[in-house]
Amino acid sequence: MQTLDKKYMRIGFYPGCSLEGSSKEYCDSLFAVAEKCNVTLEEIKDWNCCGASAAHNLNHELAIALPARTLALAGKQGLTEIVVPCAACYSRMATSKNEISSNVATRQKIEKHIDLKLSADIQILTVFEFLQKYIFPVVDEHIVNKLNQKAACYYGCLYSRPKETAAIEQIENPMEMDVVMAKAGATPIDWAYKTECCGAGFTMSRTDIVAKLSGKIIEDAADRGAESIIVACPMCHVNLDMRRPEIKKQLNKDINIPVLFITQALGLSMGISADRLGLNKHYVPTDKVVNCMEKLEA
Amino acid sequence: MARIGVFICHCGENISATVDVAKVAEKAGKLSGVAFSVDYKYMCSDPGQTLIIESIKKHKLTGIVVAACSPRMHEGTFRKAAEKAGINPYLCEMANIREQVSWVHPKSDATTQKALDIVRTLVEKVKKNVALFPIKVPVTKTALVIGGGIAGIQSALDIANAGHQVIMVEKKPSIGGHMSQLSETFPTLDCSQCILTPRMVEVAQHPNITLYTYAEVESVSGFVGNFDVKIRMKAKSVDMKKCTGCGACSQKCPTKKIPDEFNEGMGFRTAIYSPFPQAVPNKPVIDRDHCSWFTKGGKCGLCKKICPTGAIDYETQDEFIDVRVGAIITATGFDLKHADFFPEYGYGQFKDVIDGMQFERLASASGPTAGEIRRPSDGKIPEKIVFVACAGSRDKAKGIEYCSKICCMYTAKHAMLYKHKNHEGKAYVFYMDIRAAGKNYDEFVRRAIEDDDVNYIRGRVSRIYEKNGKLIVKGVDTLMNSEPVEIEADMVVLATAVVANAGAESLAQKLHISYDQHHFFSEAHPKLKPVETNTAGIMLAGACQSAKDIPETVSQASASASKAIGLFSSSEMTREPIVAVVNRQGPPNFTSCTGCLLCMEVCPYHAIEKEEIKDRAGNLIKVAARVNAGLCQGCGTCVAMCRNKSIDIQGFTNDQMMSEVMAMLNS
Repeated sequence: MQTLDKKYMRIGFYPGCSLEGSSKEYCDSLFAVAEKCNVTLEEIKDWNCCGASAAHNLNHELAIALPARTLALAGKQGLTEIVVPCAACYSRMATSKNEISSNVATRQKIEKHIDLKLSADIQILTVFEFLQKYIFPVVDEHIVNKLNQKAACYYGCLYSRPKETAAIEQIENPMEMDVVMAKAGATPIDWAYKTECCGAGFTMSRTDIVAKLSGKIIEDAADRGAESIIVACPMCHVNLDMRRPEIKKQLNKDINIPVLFITQALGLSMGISADRLGLNKHYVPTDKVVNCMEKLEA
Repeated sequence: MARIGVFICHCGENISATVDVAKVAEKAGKLSGVAFSVDYKYMCSDPGQTLIIESIKKHKLTGIVVAACSPRMHEGTFRKAAEKAGINPYLCEMANIREQVSWVHPKSDATTQKALDIVRTLVEKVKKNVALFPIKVPVTKTALVIGGGIAGIQSALDIANAGHQVIMVEKKPSIGGHMSQLSETFPTLDCSQCILTPRMVEVAQHPNITLYTYAEVESVSGFVGNFDVKIRMKAKSVDMKKCTGCGACSQKCPTKKIPDEFNEGMGFRTAIYSPFPQAVPNKPVIDRDHCSWFTKGGKCGLCKKICPTGAIDYETQDEFIDVRVGAIITATGFDLKHADFFPEYGYGQFKDVIDGMQFERLASASGPTAGEIRRPSDGKIPEKIVFVACAGSRDKAKGIEYCSKICCMYTAKHAMLYKHKNHEGKAYVFYMDIRAAGKNYDEFVRRAIEDDDVNYIRGRVSRIYEKNGKLIVKGVDTLMNSEPVEIEADMVVLATAVVANAGAESLAQKLHISYDQHHFFSEAHPKLKPVETNTAGIMLAGACQSAKDIPETVSQASASASKAIGLFSSSEMTREPIVAVVNRQGPPNFTSCTGCLLCMEVCPYHAIEKEEIKDRAGNLIKVAARVNAGLCQGCGTCVAMCRNKSIDIQGFTNDQMMSEVMAMLNS
């Protein structure tokens, strides 16, 4: 077994707004999994909004400056790697980093705006990159349950687009979360809506669009026999989980398939309690997933 | 003592409006070694040339400098004039005071001074010029044609019909190439095989053409007029002289489940096979990768037992033959990307998502369905087909920025063929733009849209997936308010990108010709030398250079053939003597070259060879470099590399260059 030297392992953490609010269970389950594996996450002090949804439509410089400030603070704190579990935050961070590292003029302008020095070598990790890099080397000894079910891993748009900042190797057919689910004992299915749009920010203004788009995702997953949908994005989770009444109306049928964050699913296989993982915070009951677990023989 | 003449041209007002030509002439006349100097309105005109000729004779000039336009423009003119006056043409140099002075500077004293400076450097150079004589190279009047598709066939027939010998090398068991796989051809819908097979037979029967099938070019050395080519004749395991082509062996062969390349994997062939019924030569070969005699160590042997003429021989080995040719035509064609290149379209997992060439086979009377368009998965006739033009092409994200050029036309043809065979069927075409710029091409596409009711949707397809036995094609209609479109299709045909042949890069390296980042072979000039390569004597025909349709391929093939025929029009070739030479001295040194052969390493044209200098008794005295004047292009890389200045470019020697530089510095 590979041991990780904690002394050299400082991993930063950027929660963003969602992980402190609507997706608190994503945050809780991530910390539960990390704690079980003795990995410590260090929150970036005085972090600010990533600018998702609004800033990049209104002011390009502001959209670069907002994540840049957080990146600069992380650098000031001595961090070289940060985990950004929200897909929208990840996208904004990666875009900002991309622009400041590829254009000196932009970088100098942004440094002036935020009144901080930028170091371009901060690694931004998605949640599945973090799991792959820090949890996988030690996870085997912690896995006690087999999540005996078919899982549809849903990546949404922001991890695979645009190509320049994609966190995915094969952008048209991502497999990164499928690998994690296989580790948890589930059978990841091949399906058609892995990277389709869930309706994203329309969740407040145009619920009809969200119902239509998310409805298709849920319907295809169910049609192909998935027993759970696994996500790594708070926005996707909100649309697929909370908008179920509207989706039910749209599809004219009730599909009860639960939607879990990837850290919740992995946490279950590690024997972490459903309460600790925040599985009781969902709109669609998650007991189907909890009940499908099979204890592994020691 | 040098007696140099300087001739300053006004070029009408082109030069004289900015440069004080009279002053330049006056000052040039005072330069050391200049015996005569004059300015004139049009030096290239007849009176101008006469002025030069008369002056050379009258003043007994030993060299001249014509200060006028670029040597690209009139060097030949003035060198001919010098020759007429009785001096060696290479004793004439041009000072470019038009492109490099009058056209790029305003009228001023400095401009005039610059013109004079340039004249002065050339005067110093021409003092060191020596008489040079054109190089004569013998020409072998045989052409090698690599590739037996329509491009190679056209070139070979044109050259052979002009009375020259042709050697054709084809790597597959039959000639015919991609064109033999096509169903009908645009824009006339005539049958591809019907127009091609007579030409294939003509190649086989032509007295001037030697055909080597199942063969590949192993290595190439030599130079224009004299290429030495080694050809690998792959072991066919069948004696071509004894075989009558009866086909009994293929019928009896027990290994029957090999995906058939000719049918693009949509059928099966046997291990001993002839690729298609009209193959030329129509004699089988054994595919040793699949034949159980070779894979299972001497098992089976059925074909040998039943062959009535005893033509089967399992012991044959690859053989090599050496040929000498004067010109080479590369006609190696293209490949298509396959459906497995597209994860978003099912990464090749859906049987009914096929590429354009597979559709050709389905539509072809000689194909696996005898021309009925049936889908590969279950053999049903599809009620709805979606055609995706631009699958991969013009897509930066896929690394293929270029347009594959043929897809717009063949997609229209495919949709038409489908509609002609299934009147009730529905055909949809997703496209980016329709590029139908050819004779009768746009009319053809309009026919598909207007007469045959093919639904053209301007937009791209984002994803294809299978659901309940249907293929769901998700795309967008950019002409309908960018509405998302979903079509439930029975079959999807991807017009996948045309790419270079898998072996293109290694062949280019064998031939020493350049290729682009996509491995298509590069032409010598994109506009003015579109069929020649940078290596003299090697020409390009067809899709090995870039994606092309049949008419364009045939045109280029004929153009290549005419280049070869031109080369063969005399038994000797004359070349400019601007080549590198290794100096020669009397004994005991023979040359200052020490034989380090660094020049050999860097020569991009492989023109430098090792020479062993021997005495009369045959004892080795010295190793030195020698330049093959036939191959040398005069680039000078070797000169820069040579550590003791033993190698020089004739007409541009180190000494001459140094004189020019010193003249410039001493102004």
